[in-house]
Amino acid sequence: MKREPKKLEEAGNVLLQEVNEPGDEHSAPKRSLWNVIAIPVLAIVTGLIIGAILIAATSTTVYAAFGESFGQGLSTALNEISTAYQALFTGSIGDPGRIISALGSGDERAIRSAFNPFLESLVQATPYIFAGLAVALGFRSGLFNIGVEGQLFIGAACATFVGYAITGLPTIIHMPLAFLAGALGGALWGFIPGLLKATTGGHEVINTIMMNWIAFRLTEWLLSGPMNRPGAAGMPISPLIEESAQIPQFFQTPIRFHLGFFIALGVAWLVWWLLFKTKWGLNLRTVGANPRAAKYAGLNVAKSYMLGMAISGALAGMAGGVQILAVNRSMALGLSSGYGFDSIALALIGNNHPLGVVLASILFGTLRNGATRMMVVSRIPIDIVDVLQAIILMFVAAPAIIRGIYRLRKPKHEEETVFVSGWGGGQS
Amino acid sequence: MTSATQTIEHKRIYEISPSRKLAMGIAELLIALVILFGFVLNSAPGTLTRFVMTPGGIDVGTMGDWIIPTRSTLIALLIITTAIGIYQLIRGFGRATNGMIGLCGLFLIFGFLTWQAGGTSVNLAGMLASAVLLAVPITLGAFSGVLSERAGVVNIAIEGMMLMGSMFGALIGSITNSTWIGLLAAILSGMLLSLLHAVLSIKYKINQIISGTVINIFSAGMTAFISQKYLQTNQALNNPPLFPRIPIPGLANIPLLGPILFNTNVFVYLMFILLVVIQVALFSTRWGLRLRSVGEHPRAADTLGIDVIKTRYVAVILSGLVAGLAGGFFTLGSVGRFNEGMTAGKGFIGLAAMIFGNWRPLGAIGAGFLFGFADAIGSKLSLLGSVIPPQIMAMAPYVITMIVLAGFIGKGDMPAADGEPYDKE
Repeated sequence: MKREPKKLEEAGNVLLQEVNEPGDEHSAPKRSLWNVIAIPVLAIVTGLIIGAILIAATSTTVYAAFGESFGQGLSTALNEISTAYQALFTGSIGDPGRIISALGSGDERAIRSAFNPFLESLVQATPYIFAGLAVALGFRSGLFNIGVEGQLFIGAACATFVGYAITGLPTIIHMPLAFLAGALGGALWGFIPGLLKATTGGHEVINTIMMNWIAFRLTEWLLSGPMNRPGAAGMPISPLIEESAQIPQFFQTPIRFHLGFFIALGVAWLVWWLLFKTKWGLNLRTVGANPRAAKYAGLNVAKSYMLGMAISGALAGMAGGVQILAVNRSMALGLSSGYGFDSIALALIGNNHPLGVVLASILFGTLRNGATRMMVVSRIPIDIVDVLQAIILMFVAAPAIIRGIYRLRKPKHEEETVFVSGWGGGQS
Repeated sequence: MTSATQTIEHKRIYEISPSRKLAMGIAELLIALVILFGFVLNSAPGTLTRFVMTPGGIDVGTMGDWIIPTRSTLIALLIITTAIGIYQLIRGFGRATNGMIGLCGLFLIFGFLTWQAGGTSVNLAGMLASAVLLAVPITLGAFSGVLSERAGVVNIAIEGMMLMGSMFGALIGSITNSTWIGLLAAILSGMLLSLLHAVLSIKYKINQIISGTVINIFSAGMTAFISQKYLQTNQALNNPPLFPRIPIPGLANIPLLGPILFNTNVFVYLMFILLVVIQVALFSTRWGLRLRSVGEHPRAADTLGIDVIKTRYVAVILSGLVAGLAGGFFTLGSVGRFNEGMTAGKGFIGLAAMIFGNWRPLGAIGAGFLFGFADAIGSKLSLLGSVIPPQIMAMAPYVITMIVLAGFIGKGDMPAADGEPYDKE
């Protein structure tokens, strides 16, 4: 692209910043905390209520009780729901009674195991943070990355390979190396659709979905072929990674809480800094907000798309890498339980802001962790979490529904953060 | 309503960008290179390839085997592909560019088969028959996309609607032990989800891709939930009857075409009926003109008295109807039971087929067959014991989708207001 005169470019940047961020910290009055969190919080509450109805409506004991009398049915339904949600709570946060008695006893082991449900929720939240950041950064750059799942698989495969194929390195080198390999793999997988969008206009929504399927087939082949564990008897599973590549866990098994959670927080801060405090980030966001105007301001739109997709892919690759290096320690096909689609919900609930994504990720990690216990206690399939996430996402994306239910007033200024629309979107 | 009519009926000048012209020419020459180095130079002179021209288990419309010299056939393919590539680079095919890259793709596949089966035989008719069946969900998905996008609503929820349709098709089909009631349930569940998509994207004006994603996540979760709660614990609930193969009297006796197209699944017939119905309805009726005008220029359509909102609701719900039908194919027309995630991205490939088919039913079915054939090849070759691992072959439809889409979006007949919510002032 021909470079515009320097002054014009700067003037354009300033103008765009004014246009795109009328609600930014310095220019507009601060919005109250309630205004920011009302919609997500009410969306979650409403989602849980609908989930409760689903639990009661699919329970045969509830129907049997309603057959006897209405009151009986109602109390059985409430009973079922409270049992399930109690299991969800104790499975994800912990049993308050147990925590208090453990603290009282002063026994270190008892304290640890009482807090384990909560720590395990943070373990579950860790890949969510990376994946949610990937989608959020994509949205900010005007890109809809539905390919997080594929980027995560490729990232995991790369991290696994470096983790087991290289031996004899000290932990201080091997672990970061394997983690970065994961980021690089994801970045490459994200870069391809970015390149296609920038050069040919191929829409990233279709291309990243296709890249997902290619990634699944590729890892399937890798795990049953070149990366197969010796003696796995045809099972598609990789060798165990070297001890020097492992991200350390803080406590003894079965507590899996690991350093990766803090790495995730650090990366979230880094993404915030990149997006909001650097010129790169401003460029990404300007292109994301209005590619046409950005082009006239002299920004390189094609480069921004490629960079945005590559960074987004790298974050997704880290999600795969951290899961392998800290938790699984080897790669198998059932690596992800739909992080790719969940991460879209995370980004939107977190308003595409790194801090929001971290909070939403901890919430989703808690939900998924608690759902495991709910499955054991109440025999409710864990997939109810996906249903809840879809409903929460729907309410967050359509705040008018939530405002209608709870009779909230519409705020004067509503921030629009998603700019992807039809197939021609992003064509300039 | 003259002005709206003019906008729509105005023939767009069909432009192929120079970069796309170049890319397609290079792609075609690359295919020629693969044919040369992969197949021609690797084949022994004098070997014969035998293609069986009757699918297995068929006794009407049979046909003798087709035997061709392996090497000469490959050389002929090489020469034609090279010629197409050179012409594309120098002059360009204009309107026929997509058709030509498709043709070269077919040559590549045919050349691969000829080479792979050199000295032995391969059942080409059986492969074509399974390609037609594999094309069904993709084509129906593309039809579904055409219906809603012509009215200006992007529908990436086709995948989710299909999945829900296949699950309810299996469940209700098993309970009632009726294929048709099962199919009706599949269609209804697709329509209900599309109603949700319509309400979210038309009434609440939320981003149509987000709305589609909501439905996709919801469907994946809900079908897995119901499947684990009921279908897996009680196998009787996941044992629907299958639509039988129905021969069409007379037509089924045509050699080659008969067994493939006229002695097959009811879904194949429905697909062809829908092709005609959608083509006529969209492009030859007043209703279709109005629907397309809403997709092109909703404000103008509104000014002329067309109810934009209602038209979009109808289009999206019809889209859900077709997507639900496509879902029914999986459980009632093909597999005979529901498995979690069994649609495996077919809805998204259907969307790609719609784009590649230029938002037209005829183009959609053409692209659907291309993808179906790529799919059939993949599964057939793993049986043939090919040198290429089956997982790599299974990537073919996805890679082809990305290649054919490169540079195509936004340049064809895409409805001008596709993806934009309509704000009635």
